[in-house]
Amino acid sequence: MRRTRTQAKARARAHAPHKRKTEDSLSIATFLIISIIKSVAVIGVLLTAVAYSVWLERKVSAHIQNRWGPTRVGWFGLLQPLADGAKFIFKEDLTQPHVYKPLYIAAPMIAMTFAITSISVVPFGNSIYIPETHVGHFFTIPEIDTPLEITDLNIGLLLILGVTSMGVYGVALAGWASNNKYSLLGGLRASAQMISYEVSLGLSLIPVLIKSGSLSLRAIVESQAHLHWNFFYFPFGTVAFFTYLISAYAETNRTPFDLPEAESELVAGYHTEYSAMKFAMFFMAEYANMVTVACLATLLFFGGWLGPVFGPPILAMVLPIIWFCLKVFFFMFLYVWVRWTLPRFRYDQLMAFGWKVLLPVAVANIVLTSLYVAMTS
Amino acid sequence: MLHLILFLFFGVICVAGAINLLAQSHPINSALSLIVVMASLAGEYLLLGAEFLAAVQVIVYAGAIMVLFVITIMLLNAGAEERTRGSRVAILLGVPGVMIGAVLIAWTLLFRSNTTSVSIGALPGGPQAIARLLFHQFLLPFEITSVLILIAIMGAVVLASRPDAVAKPHHTDTPKAMPELVGAGKER
Repeated sequence: MRRTRTQAKARARAHAPHKRKTEDSLSIATFLIISIIKSVAVIGVLLTAVAYSVWLERKVSAHIQNRWGPTRVGWFGLLQPLADGAKFIFKEDLTQPHVYKPLYIAAPMIAMTFAITSISVVPFGNSIYIPETHVGHFFTIPEIDTPLEITDLNIGLLLILGVTSMGVYGVALAGWASNNKYSLLGGLRASAQMISYEVSLGLSLIPVLIKSGSLSLRAIVESQAHLHWNFFYFPFGTVAFFTYLISAYAETNRTPFDLPEAESELVAGYHTEYSAMKFAMFFMAEYANMVTVACLATLLFFGGWLGPVFGPPILAMVLPIIWFCLKVFFFMFLYVWVRWTLPRFRYDQLMAFGWKVLLPVAVANIVLTSLYVAMTS
Repeated sequence: MLHLILFLFFGVICVAGAINLLAQSHPINSALSLIVVMASLAGEYLLLGAEFLAAVQVIVYAGAIMVLFVITIMLLNAGAEERTRGSRVAILLGVPGVMIGAVLIAWTLLFRSNTTSVSIGALPGGPQAIARLLFHQFLLPFEITSVLILIAIMGAVVLASRPDAVAKPHHTDTPKAMPELVGAGKER
C-alpha cells in the first residue's frame, strides 16, 4: 500500500513540480474523508450513467427501428429512468415458494456488488488540486491534491479482471437458486460463456501491457500521450482492440452473444424468476459492466482522458473529464448499434468462435507483439 | 493501526468461512464458503504488500477454479448431504490434535525460526519483481511446471473422451434422453 502511495506521489510530483505538499502529508482523517467523498461521487455518477445508458439504449434502438422511444416523461423522455426506478420500487417483489431462498436473494446482490466494485480503479482524469482555503476563523480546508479516481493501484487492471471474473457467480447462482429449467440453462450458458471469453479477454490486453510496461491504468494512459493511442499501434494494438471488444461483448452477455437471456428459447434466462428491484439489480449490474468495459476500452486503447486541453485553469481541469466521457459515450452507443445490427450466435458457434478463433488470434498477437518489441528495442 | 484492524477483519472472515465450509450440509454452500476463504486470503495478501499475488488469487482461485466447482455441483444436481454423527475418535483425538498442531506451528514460527517482522512493502510483491524472479532466477522450475500442467490437461482430455466419439460422425448420434435439469433441487 505504501509503495503504491509513494509511487502515486512521485507521479503527482512529476506532474506538478510546483506543488509543495503531497498526499502523504495529509492526515488519515482527511484521507478517509476524501476517499469517502470520492467513492460516493463515483458510485453516484456510475448509477446515473447506468440509468441514462438504459435511456440511451431505448432511444437509439427506437430510432434504429423508426420509432420514437420514450417521449412522455420529461424532454425527449429524459426523466424516463426516474419513472422506471419508481416503478421498480413499487412493483410487487415476488419470491416463488420453490426457490432456494438464501442464494436467490444473494445472487442479485453479488452481481451488483462486483459490477460496482470494478469502477473503483478507473481514472477519469488527471487530478484535482484545491489550494488551502480558510472558511471562517476556525475551519481550514487543507490543500488537496488527489487523483481523479477512488484509488490508484499499480495492479489496477488485474483488479478489474479479477472483479469481473467474480461477477459470474451472480448469474450462475441466480440460475441455480431459481429452481427453474430456463433459469438453470441460462445460468449455465452464462457461466460457460463468461469463463470461455474471459481467457481471450485477458490475453487480448497483454500487447497493451507489453507496450506500456505497467498494470496501472493511469500509467497506461500516460504512455499514450501525443496521440500515440494503442488503437493506432498498428497492427498489434488494433488487433488487440478488436479481440478485446468482441470478448468484452461476450463477457457482458450483450448481443450478438446474449444467449444466457435469449428470449426466444429461454424466456428470460437466469432472471426469469426475478421481479421488481431484484430484477432491476441484474439489469443495473449488466449496464454497470457495460460502462466498465467502455471505460476500459477508452483507457487502454483510446488514450483515456487525453485530448486537447486549453483555456483557463478551471476549463483545463474539466476538459480531460469531458474527453473521457465522450469516448465512453461512443462505446456505449456502439453497444446499442451492434445490438440492433447483428443477429444472435448459435451456442456451438459461440463456443467454437471463442476457443478456435478469438483465443488463437489473441495468443498470436501476444507472440508477434513481443517479437516486434524485442527486435526494435 | 488500520492495517491491524483490517488484518484481523480478513482473518476472522477467513476462519469463519473455513468453519462454515465444514458445517454446511449442502455442497453449494460449502463451495461458496470456500470462495469467501479464498477472497479473504487475497485481502490478507494485499495487506502484506503482495499485490500481484492477491490479484492472481482472486482471478485464478476465486474467479476460475471455484466457478468450475460451482458449475460441477450445479450440473451434477448434488443434493444436501445426510447428517451423520461422525466418529467419536475424530472428536476425541482430532480436535485436540488440531489445537496442538496449531500451537506448535505458531510457537515454531514465533520463537524457533529466524524470521523477523518486516515493514509492509519491504518484500518484493509487485508484478515486476515477481516476473524478474520467475523469468530469471526460477526460469527452469517455472517452465517445467508449465509442461507438467500441460501433461495433466492432456491426460484429462484422454481420460474424459469416449473412445467411440472420434470414430462416429457427429450427426448419426441418436439423441439421448436428457437428464432432468432442475435447479436447487426438488426436495425444497
